[in-house]
Amino acid sequence: MNLKNVWNLGVKELRGLWRDWIMLALIVYSFSLSIYTSSTAMPEALNKAAIAIVDEDQSHLSSRIALAFYPPWFLEPRMITTNEMDNRMDAGLDTFALNIPPDFERDVLAGRTPAIQLNVDATRMSQAFTGSGYIQQIVSGEVSEYVAGHRAETALPVGLALRARYNPSLDPAWFGAINSVIESITMLSLVLTGAALIREKEHGTVEHLLVMPVTAAEIVLSKIWSMGLVVLLGSSFALIVVVQGLLEVPVQGSVPLFLIGVVLMVFAMTALGIFMATVAGSMPQFALLMMLVLLPLQVLSGGMTPRESMPDFIQTIMLAAPNTHFITLSQGVLFRGAGLETVWPQLFALVVIGSVLFWLALRRFREFMK
Amino acid sequence: MTDESARPVAEVSELTLRYGKVTALDNVSLAIPAGCMVGLIGPDGVGKSSFLSLLAGARKIQDGAVRVLDGDMRNAGHRSQVCPRIAYMPQGLGKNLYSTLSVGENLDFFGRLFGHGRAERERRIADLLAATGMSPFRDRPAAKLSGGMKQKLGLCCALIHDPDLLILDEPTTGVDPLSRGQFWDLIDRIRADRPGMSVITATAYMEEAARFDWLVAMNAGQVLATGTPEELLARTGAETLDDAFIALLPAEQRGDDLAVKIPPRSAVATEFAIEAEGLTKRFGDFVAVDKVSFRIPKGEIFGFLGSNGCGKTTTMKMLTGLLEPTEGRARLFGHEVDARDMETRHRVGFMSQAFSLYSELTVRQNLELHARLFDMEEARIPARVEEMIERFDLGEVVRNLPDALPIGIRQRLSLAVAMIHGPEILILDEPTSGVDPVARNDFWRILMDLSRRDEVTIFVSTHFMNEAEWCDRISLMHAGKVLISDTAEAITKSKNSETLEGAFIAYLEDAIGQEATAPEATVSAVAKPVPEPHKTASAFSPRRLLSYSLLESLQLRRDPIRLSMALIGSLLLMIVIGLGINMDVEDLTFAVLDRDQTATSREYILDIAGSRYFNERPPLSGYADMDARMRSSELGLAIEIPPGFAADIARGRDIEVGAWFDGANPTRANTVQGYIQGMHADWIARKTRELYGDAALAGNFELLTRFRYNPDVRSIVAMVPAVIPLLLLMIPAILTTLSVAREKELGSIINFYVTPVTRLEFLLGKQLPYIALAMLNFALMMGMAVTFFGVPFSGSLAGFILSSLVYVIATTGLGLLVSVFITSQVAALFATVMLTMIPAVQYSGLIDPVSSLQGFGRVLGEIYPTSWFVTSARGAFSKAFGFAEQVESILAIGASVPVILGLATVFLKKQAR
Repeated sequence: MNLKNVWNLGVKELRGLWRDWIMLALIVYSFSLSIYTSSTAMPEALNKAAIAIVDEDQSHLSSRIALAFYPPWFLEPRMITTNEMDNRMDAGLDTFALNIPPDFERDVLAGRTPAIQLNVDATRMSQAFTGSGYIQQIVSGEVSEYVAGHRAETALPVGLALRARYNPSLDPAWFGAINSVIESITMLSLVLTGAALIREKEHGTVEHLLVMPVTAAEIVLSKIWSMGLVVLLGSSFALIVVVQGLLEVPVQGSVPLFLIGVVLMVFAMTALGIFMATVAGSMPQFALLMMLVLLPLQVLSGGMTPRESMPDFIQTIMLAAPNTHFITLSQGVLFRGAGLETVWPQLFALVVIGSVLFWLALRRFREFMK
Repeated sequence: MTDESARPVAEVSELTLRYGKVTALDNVSLAIPAGCMVGLIGPDGVGKSSFLSLLAGARKIQDGAVRVLDGDMRNAGHRSQVCPRIAYMPQGLGKNLYSTLSVGENLDFFGRLFGHGRAERERRIADLLAATGMSPFRDRPAAKLSGGMKQKLGLCCALIHDPDLLILDEPTTGVDPLSRGQFWDLIDRIRADRPGMSVITATAYMEEAARFDWLVAMNAGQVLATGTPEELLARTGAETLDDAFIALLPAEQRGDDLAVKIPPRSAVATEFAIEAEGLTKRFGDFVAVDKVSFRIPKGEIFGFLGSNGCGKTTTMKMLTGLLEPTEGRARLFGHEVDARDMETRHRVGFMSQAFSLYSELTVRQNLELHARLFDMEEARIPARVEEMIERFDLGEVVRNLPDALPIGIRQRLSLAVAMIHGPEILILDEPTSGVDPVARNDFWRILMDLSRRDEVTIFVSTHFMNEAEWCDRISLMHAGKVLISDTAEAITKSKNSETLEGAFIAYLEDAIGQEATAPEATVSAVAKPVPEPHKTASAFSPRRLLSYSLLESLQLRRDPIRLSMALIGSLLLMIVIGLGINMDVEDLTFAVLDRDQTATSREYILDIAGSRYFNERPPLSGYADMDARMRSSELGLAIEIPPGFAADIARGRDIEVGAWFDGANPTRANTVQGYIQGMHADWIARKTRELYGDAALAGNFELLTRFRYNPDVRSIVAMVPAVIPLLLLMIPAILTTLSVAREKELGSIINFYVTPVTRLEFLLGKQLPYIALAMLNFALMMGMAVTFFGVPFSGSLAGFILSSLVYVIATTGLGLLVSVFITSQVAALFATVMLTMIPAVQYSGLIDPVSSLQGFGRVLGEIYPTSWFVTSARGAFSKAFGFAEQVESILAIGASVPVILGLATVFLKKQAR
């Protein structure tokens, strides 16, 4: 192993990258704009839900209820008839249909506890659950305001003090921003090394290297350190300038600890990138393979939805993916302020997975040259 | 066709063609006589290929007029009328062939394109294969043919429809002399049988040009001279066409002196630089190199002569340690070649066949990098780089990127790079292919200098005979074997031949004679029996359409990555998305800090622990424990029950339960919050009822919430039916886009340009297999949705199948539409993902219903087929849609099909630009 060669070849990679403006644009975009937009674009719980109202009461109270639904949470309610209701819901036009029965106002004032029917299209998961809660609150609010002072209520004096830790206001931008940093790290470390190797193969320059006094391990390592450095710099910039600076997301734990995690993650992913490039052989095939590998890596590793909601066998399989450990680590460090004593198992797992992937990549590399 | 000789077969006037700033053809006017062999001569990049592709109608005419076979080639009607009479073989070995298809399948494809029936095709294929001696290789994939065989196959494909005009673009470049000879003999025999046929061919070999009837000498996009070979020789007073051509060039391009003179080696060294002993390499059954032995003394120029694919490159790779020999030994300077031996590598310079410099580094940076990689002392590098720049005359281009340089200079740079560390052996793999004669002479003068002055041993492969003659000794190689090694003179004499080429052919004939005798089934069989008149191409032919479908399915079957994308891609992604976009909270871990420890507090905890949403963990010991366990994300929720909980409830005193939950993921935290509130409220309601009776609970009104279609509000039930439309859009569209972009990138699109296939046939033919594949995917996804995900299917299956069939016709069509505008596969992939995913995910009601969109998004959502299919899928799965309810969606999606295919057909170009 000649470290000078590793250095020289790595510098060559960086020079090459400097002239590849498409890649540069992708790097800059992934670590700045992409993070910014994906954090600001994270939707609030309910957004422009389509609601229709069947008003069979036509009273003062029922029109007060209808007026209480407005953007941005709801679209302006459509007033429809009972007959229209089923068809509109079948066609997916409305997510909610509120049916106010005849004599509703009179029954409420008389204390007869009338029933309002709320139909929810539960195939629209994003709106169904939270939306029905909102509607319940809105309708109760309007009704109790209307009948205010009529009756006293009896209730148990047991309160519930709910506190959300690590993100007290449940601001979706925090999660979106950090998740997006993690996604960019994953994607770029794969794409940069894989593409660098395939470019060399397509130009026939790898072959050229192998007849020089340079070993396969040196070639692989040079790509790993140079492209890894780019990703490391990019992610530091993203975390410190974009996430902490621009988006003002408070980071709880130690940034250096997170960056150590990034180094290990990048090591593992770049090795995987080289391995995939040797399997694919050409750019189009590599791009196809990327689609089949990247999406499962990102989605099933716990970044979007918690791992414990997934079937056991998927949880087990995904333990082999570096992402799983990296996501646990970065959420721990960045959100919960976890220290080395908490995240060392993840760091260790990343070292093991990275070494195995590196070994596999190296083994395939020589074969790939034939 | 009796007055052929009088009327030109093709005529161009004032023809100009530009690629961006580069002028390929500059105001060319020319009439090409009919019924004879016409040769286009000139170095690479002077416009020969552009000229031929314009004649064939494969490229769009920019300026000027082209008349071929008595009609204007600008006129699409004329083109489609004459294209069955023209055969065009583009440059590049097997460029118009499909490499994964076998010889027979390739021919069959072309036969179908020209509308031959099965029996007719069989007869023609058998005849052509017999005539070219290819019958034994009928089942071999085109990729595994040698260069000469590829060209013969290309010719067979071109001849399958009895053309009147045969256009061949450098058909014999990179082919060994024997195959070259056989190739031209074949052409001669065909011409003898079809006297009216005109042949126009481009060639880089002047010796071939000598046997043509009429020549066009071209340089820099212009015609230098035309006439018979004799006329050209007479005009220039030269002896050979090579010299005649150089004499025709403008003075400043001629170079210094015409001939390369190699002085004899002064002292014959006894030391051997390179030795090979029984070197053998097998790839599976295929023997690439078979027991090759030679010894090359120090300072010799040793030539390796042979056709493409005869094992030259493999031998060189074994010498450099790139490949391990299966058997035998190779020694450099007496040391066995060992890939791990870095010491020997310092003494060797290698220049591979592919141009292998870093195109992103400048000339100087390339030289410096290689110097460093060869471990030269940092202090010596600048001087050495300067020396190389000087010696190889690169002074003017040091700051340029290699791609911007003419090929001759690039080859010099490659050599400079290979020489930077002062190696004692140079291994050069076809360093001069594609280089014009003048630059080739320059290059060889440098080699001569290196050998004679610096005593560098040079091992060089070539397929140019004149270069072979400049070598001290040469080896003739064929099919992995060395036929003979000796000086050029001795080899020529040994076969009593006048030229080296003649001797080489004689050796090849000896070698092949042992394998199989020549292909002497007469060609007359090919054309004679049913000399059917050329049918005018019909407007629509199912056979041509199906030929593309067949081609596509064969290719797909042989490409593992695309095939797995097509088959398991959708299932894999369905699992990923189905599980990934999951808003259910299940098995959330929680622990309790119970400071009360009474029956009431335990009852409260049991309520939570008993639900399917939460899993209880060992109790908390205090706040520090809570902090640590939540930090390591072991716990998602912590509950604290204050001391005196039971007592306070009994006395009606205000009391508060504390709940801390992990807010890192807000979407999920919101759901968790909702669950806890709900459970707390339930518990209070129950307690209240226990304490005060039912009346206490009566409110103003009651809200009865009916969760329709998905009563348990499970994510899976909502997501899976929506994932099917997404995947049936994305994957089929990607596959069809790639199928067209691949043809464009690999060059086989030329077959579409020059055959009678219409645009619609081409598109539909490509589409059909992918529709079938998408429907197979659909079936798999349905199976998975119902079994693995357990989503109930309540509607009409027939209605849903019909609706998805219409939908995949639309989505595969969408892919074709994208491909029309895109030329590279990678761009095709990304463009398709972007163009399909964004409208599908954001504007098709996947998450927010179309009715809650506004402006442009709303319009797009209303017309995009995916919106309709999402409604159809959700209806079929959850809303019990019968056939009748599907009709609206089917009609709406169906309406988009003619629009999509119509646009694709209109924008698809039937010619290159």
